[in-house]
Amino acid sequence: MSVSNARLRMVAVGAVAALVAALPFLLRNEYYVSIAIFVGINAIVAIGLNLLMGYAGQVSLGHAAFIALGAYTSAILTTRTGLSPWLAMPAAVAMASLISAIIGVPALRLHGHYLAMATLGFGMIVSIVIAEWVSLTGGTSGLVDIPRLSLAGMVLDSDTKYYYLVWACVAGSLLLSYNIVNSRVGRALRAVHTSEVAAATCGVNIARTKLQVFVLSAGLAGLAGSLYAHQLQFVGPGHTFGFGFSIELVVIVVFGGLATIWGAIVGAGVVTVLGEYLRPAGDLDVMVFGLILVLLLMFMPRGLVHGLASMARRLRREP
Amino acid sequence: MSLWSQTLQFLISGLSMGAVYALIALGFSIIYNATGIVNFAQGEFVMLGALIAISLLTAAHLPLPLAFLCSVVAVTVVAALVERIALRRLRAAGVLVLIIATVGVSMVLRGGAMLVWGKDHVAMRPFSAPETLHLGGVTILTQSLWVIAITLAVMVGLQLFYGRAQVGKAMRATAINREGAALMGISPDAMVFWSFALSGALGATAGILIAPIHMAAYNMGTMLGLKGFCAAIVGGLGSSVGGIAGGFALGVLEALGVGFAPTGYSGYRDAFAFAILLLVLFIRPTGILGARASRGA
Repeated sequence: MSVSNARLRMVAVGAVAALVAALPFLLRNEYYVSIAIFVGINAIVAIGLNLLMGYAGQVSLGHAAFIALGAYTSAILTTRTGLSPWLAMPAAVAMASLISAIIGVPALRLHGHYLAMATLGFGMIVSIVIAEWVSLTGGTSGLVDIPRLSLAGMVLDSDTKYYYLVWACVAGSLLLSYNIVNSRVGRALRAVHTSEVAAATCGVNIARTKLQVFVLSAGLAGLAGSLYAHQLQFVGPGHTFGFGFSIELVVIVVFGGLATIWGAIVGAGVVTVLGEYLRPAGDLDVMVFGLILVLLLMFMPRGLVHGLASMARRLRREP
Repeated sequence: MSLWSQTLQFLISGLSMGAVYALIALGFSIIYNATGIVNFAQGEFVMLGALIAISLLTAAHLPLPLAFLCSVVAVTVVAALVERIALRRLRAAGVLVLIIATVGVSMVLRGGAMLVWGKDHVAMRPFSAPETLHLGGVTILTQSLWVIAITLAVMVGLQLFYGRAQVGKAMRATAINREGAALMGISPDAMVFWSFALSGALGATAGILIAPIHMAAYNMGTMLGLKGFCAAIVGGLGSSVGGIAGGFALGVLEALGVGFAPTGYSGYRDAFAFAILLLVLFIRPTGILGARASRGA
């Protein structure tokens, strides 16, 4: 990469960071800020799922279940045992990671798309269990009075305060993903993507590398779930924990572009805001998302960010 | 009611549900054999079959056999169009992208069905009166017998198709070895096209058969499709005999499991199939009758 290119990138990162920091003041409306919080929470999940789909070439059709595991772990620990939310959060991440390892070990041993099938089955079971295991999860009435997070004696009791916490987590997830993509694991993943045989010959343990990425992506989903629970202060069976949302997460990743980490944030932004507008009109959002998904795959297979960039390049070249 | 007659009753309802799962599982396997992908729009073919048949019966007042046939033909055309318009362009993009595309297609079909038929559940009258039979303390839905009989007839027909028809033989050859079949002049594109058409027809049949037992609605396809998928995995994805065995096994296990579950646990009904799916994936991932899976490093 040339010097000017690197500088350009620094400027772009700075500009986006400034925009994110200034957003609550630009929006000036608690409802819009709360949507921005959900964009951030979904972006955290999408960043992990993007690593799994874009770099490990595996798809999870049950990632909403890991959000549910994170949310319910946080909710149960804080409301039943009175544990501090700051301790419940790492527990939520650990729970989602642990369970994902239990599913991932047998599923990733095999070639092909067994992970998609296993996560699908697992996701369905989780969404049924949280509705049925009333003594643990509160069943359909859910769990209420989940405490808010507080920071240095200040309770994060407004959406604006919580917004900064969530987006700090987004920044942390981004940094983590960048480091992984550019680390030994990332290089191994790219090698696997090019040729599994060649990568294995060079000493890459393919199954273990894929497993690491899967567990990481589930851990991020667990973190997002915990953030979700402490924001809403309520968890119950619903859209966010079901099969439909697992699919929506896949749409977010494809929208942003596979193997485009930045794209995860763009995808989360567009799909979350669009969902918020369309949902009152019944289940129409399902059809719109489906159309977007199919059309993007057909005409912009590398996602919106890459698609628009290459379109702009073509326009510039043809005066 | 004695335990014996209770078991018999669960068994028959399980077999009829299993027949439907088997038809859906066959659809998954046929497309998997031609393309190597899992078609997540399979459940939507089932939903379309049921809703189109109901509309033809109630709005167009067609007689049942004609409505059945027209609905199957309509869904066959839809399935073939899905392949021709959306999926054919993506073939080069790889299996992962294709699987995600079928998920997108299923969302479009489900949303479209909601716009056309609305959100209400609609009933379909059973194929014949009386609705129930009483045989020595056992109550049987006559529709269950129709489901089982028609499914068996379809399977015999499929067997003949694979054994006698040129297209059927070509599809079998492609399933065994795609490159080899292509070298013999069998167009892979044509086989993918026919496999979608056939899966659409099987899905629609399943939907029409089940509609009089369970209500039909725009969102019925998701759960039925996923259960049929479980059946295909349990039997071994790509194996016709496996899909049929998996379907019936799943239907019967589910019916017995729910029937004899302690009270208060019936809500777990839908989780049962997926628990079996995970169990099979972890113990014998190629299914009961599937070929050996290749293990990764």
